[in-house]
Amino acid sequence: MSFKLSSVQRGPAIAGILIALFLFLFLAVPVAKVIFVAFQDPATGDATIINFVDFFRTSLFRESFFNSFYVATVSVVMASIIAMPLAYFTTRFNFGGTVLIQTLGIIPLIMPPFVGAVAMQLLFGSNGSVNLLLDEWFGFTLPFMEGLNGVIFVESIHYFPFILINLSAALSNIDRSMEEAAQNLGSSGMRLFRRIVFPLAMPGYIAGAALVFIKVFDDLGTPLLLNVNNMLAPQAYLRISSIGISDPMGYVIAVILVGFSLLSLWVSFLALKGKDYATVQKGGGGLMKRDLRPWEKFGCYAVVVLILLLVLSPHLGLLLLSFGTIWSYAVLPDAFTWAHYITVLSTATQYMSNTLLYAGLAALFDVILATAIAYVVWRTDVVGRKWLDYGATAALAVPGVVLGIGYLRTFHSFNVPLIDEPLASWWVIIVIALTIRRLPYALRSCVAAIQQVSVMLEEAAENLGATKTRTVWRIVIPLMSGGILAGFVTSFATAAVELSATIMLVARESDAPLAYGIYEFMQSAAGRGPGAALGVIAVLFVGVGTYISHMIIERGRKAREPKSIIAEETLT
Amino acid sequence: MMNTAQDTAGVVIENLNLSFGDTHVLKGVDLTIKQGEFFAFLGPSGSGKSTLLRAIAGFGPTPSGRILIQGNDIADLAPWKRDVGMVFQSYALWPHMTVRKNVAFGLEERKLPKSQIDDRVDKALDMVGLLDLADRRPSQLSGGQQQRIALARTIVIEPKVLLLDEPLSNLDANLRVQMRRDIRELQQKLKLTTIFVTHDQEEANTTSDRMAVLDQGVIQQVGAPMDLYDNPTNLFVAKFLGTANIIKGSIIQSADGSHTFHTDKGLDIPLLRGREFGRSIVFRPQNVEVCAVGSDMASCHAKLTGRVQHTEFLGSIIRYGVDVNSDLVLVDHAHKLGEAVFGIGDNVDLHIDQESILILAA
Repeated sequence: MSFKLSSVQRGPAIAGILIALFLFLFLAVPVAKVIFVAFQDPATGDATIINFVDFFRTSLFRESFFNSFYVATVSVVMASIIAMPLAYFTTRFNFGGTVLIQTLGIIPLIMPPFVGAVAMQLLFGSNGSVNLLLDEWFGFTLPFMEGLNGVIFVESIHYFPFILINLSAALSNIDRSMEEAAQNLGSSGMRLFRRIVFPLAMPGYIAGAALVFIKVFDDLGTPLLLNVNNMLAPQAYLRISSIGISDPMGYVIAVILVGFSLLSLWVSFLALKGKDYATVQKGGGGLMKRDLRPWEKFGCYAVVVLILLLVLSPHLGLLLLSFGTIWSYAVLPDAFTWAHYITVLSTATQYMSNTLLYAGLAALFDVILATAIAYVVWRTDVVGRKWLDYGATAALAVPGVVLGIGYLRTFHSFNVPLIDEPLASWWVIIVIALTIRRLPYALRSCVAAIQQVSVMLEEAAENLGATKTRTVWRIVIPLMSGGILAGFVTSFATAAVELSATIMLVARESDAPLAYGIYEFMQSAAGRGPGAALGVIAVLFVGVGTYISHMIIERGRKAREPKSIIAEETLT
Repeated sequence: MMNTAQDTAGVVIENLNLSFGDTHVLKGVDLTIKQGEFFAFLGPSGSGKSTLLRAIAGFGPTPSGRILIQGNDIADLAPWKRDVGMVFQSYALWPHMTVRKNVAFGLEERKLPKSQIDDRVDKALDMVGLLDLADRRPSQLSGGQQQRIALARTIVIEPKVLLLDEPLSNLDANLRVQMRRDIRELQQKLKLTTIFVTHDQEEANTTSDRMAVLDQGVIQQVGAPMDLYDNPTNLFVAKFLGTANIIKGSIIQSADGSHTFHTDKGLDIPLLRGREFGRSIVFRPQNVEVCAVGSDMASCHAKLTGRVQHTEFLGSIIRYGVDVNSDLVLVDHAHKLGEAVFGIGDNVDLHIDQESILILAA
């Protein structure tokens, strides 16, 4: 093997090294720092596990640990209860409500859970609309939002689509012949479901469930807004923000959060490993579907409508709150007004402009990095290129709180030249945090895009005299543009409402983004109206963004469709 | 079950009709397959052969008509009550189960005692020569091995009929030849009534005792492979089974009682016999001799003259495309070392073996 790089390899190699350096500096170092500090004696600086011992000796932390675990587990169960019938209806029956269910699967995701949390309290809290009505009609109330219940309720309504999407995909990936072969050998009904269908769908379900578990386990915004502080993520935040960055407990919690993230990623990896469960083959289709009998159809619709109402309730609540004057001990607000929007638009525009700036920059960096990584990994043979992919994807395992703590600790003493300010409190650090956090999503989008570009198209360009660089600009990037754009929009939309990392990194009010603004407003009863108005604006941000990215992906799919039909015809 | 000396019917299909929505896929299929027979459904894609096979197994839309297996009508039974073993084109091995679990599945569903299941699974795996792979997962096996496991999984339940849906189409060419011999051998050993769906006439010819040629949901002809090749009853069968020269025209009977085929393009070909409403003649390329102009041939040959339009060297034979009065006639000539070859543009005489000329109505 020669160590001299040929000239065609030099560009990608340099790009690869720069990206690796960026990931090292802003992902590996801060996380390593957090772990290091967690295992360091605060007084002497020696390596120790005393911090972990202290952690488990403190009853508040033990309780927080238990609560986080409990909330995440029960949320997975609740989310499964919501998602399973929906997944089953769409893959098993010729059910007219399929489009409805697919929409259902997207609606919650366009609003971060903490935005709707306060509104949910007004709808489902002990003095909320639903309980007031229940009390009036039936004389009892239900503790939907009491303490941990509230977090579970909000999180499971928000995150069930992850299970729905993964489970539906797994079910529809089962080839019909898998089921037919079992019937042919004498199996039917529940036995067939238990022995064939369920095991085949299991990996998809576990992958979705692991994702829900970790999202809930790491979530900071929802418990903070519901004022449930005896959970891990809020404790980490409160320790760091009230006691300071030298307190070791925040780091211990961060290590526990990372540990659980890795654990759940590992579980979903194990579930999917070595099992070629996407079994759809040529000429096959998903499972056999059957028509519903009228009463079954009624039952299905009833379930779907009930879930739809639940899923839409945070949005409805938020909308009511943003237009309501006073809403307390009443089913609906007393009156409606534009005042909150006017307040927000006249006093809180810097939240929006900051968000546009941060999320826009972060999304831009993300697609540049993701495109470069995708190209280096899939189109060159630079040594160690796979590690760029792994490195960028590793950000998935780092909760926002952990990244925030890591940045504070690592960069608080690093002064940016010229502006003479610590990097940790400069607004650019928020952009970097968002870039790192959203890079995995942009990367998957770009990798999917480059895999769809046939290498032959590039070879044809090179054969006609284009250099590597010219080929990248004229062939690869234009053909990837759909994926790149979709990656940009996804990164932008999700970065626009990110709270967990940014809440730690906002040094001053004037640097705060939208999500932080909502959090600030929601702290006081008087601020709820404007906070909700800001929330509605955030939902519009994300909703429009998601819609655009959906349209881009659909357009790309449609453009490719005729080709695949021809390919199928020539196959048969 | 008692087997009398007579041919017991293994599978009888009576007036089977089946539609996918508005598309009429099977149109009045009638068929009798003997007990222990290896029977092929041969046809192009879209001919309905797989649909017919799946209907026997109980999959797809419900057909009208009767399907009798060893005398019992199974048309209304659920797939899992039919006792017909099907090997799927894609094998449909369950990836979450080991090979042994896959093969044991049908016996477990039949609630057999554990010891008996183990015995029979071992025997079936041994029969396909893969006993040592019993604890692997399907994904760890090659295509050929997966095929054998799929076969073992089906024969282990000792089905009344074995259905094979294009079982060789996912294998490479060498394996395909080996596999079709093995399947045939296994079938002979088990004396299992077997239906084999394929679009490949070579597969059908080499394996089956008899076959049915299907097109557009209609059985075109049923018979032994050689029978169908030599005596196709319609143009579709003639064309689908091997290469055939088909010339359109009409039959003229002269005063002396001899028959002549007058082609649409104005050529006369003498025939040994006539037939009413004969609208085309069919003969195979190997039944035509090609010679230099003016050579003598036996009297039972119809002589034509033409000009070589293209030649294809196919290894053991040279196939000439000869333009005879604007009709293209394909001629196969056995290739022998050192023999002169005609070139494009050469004028040649063609001698068609009159015995081999078939007259078809359409």
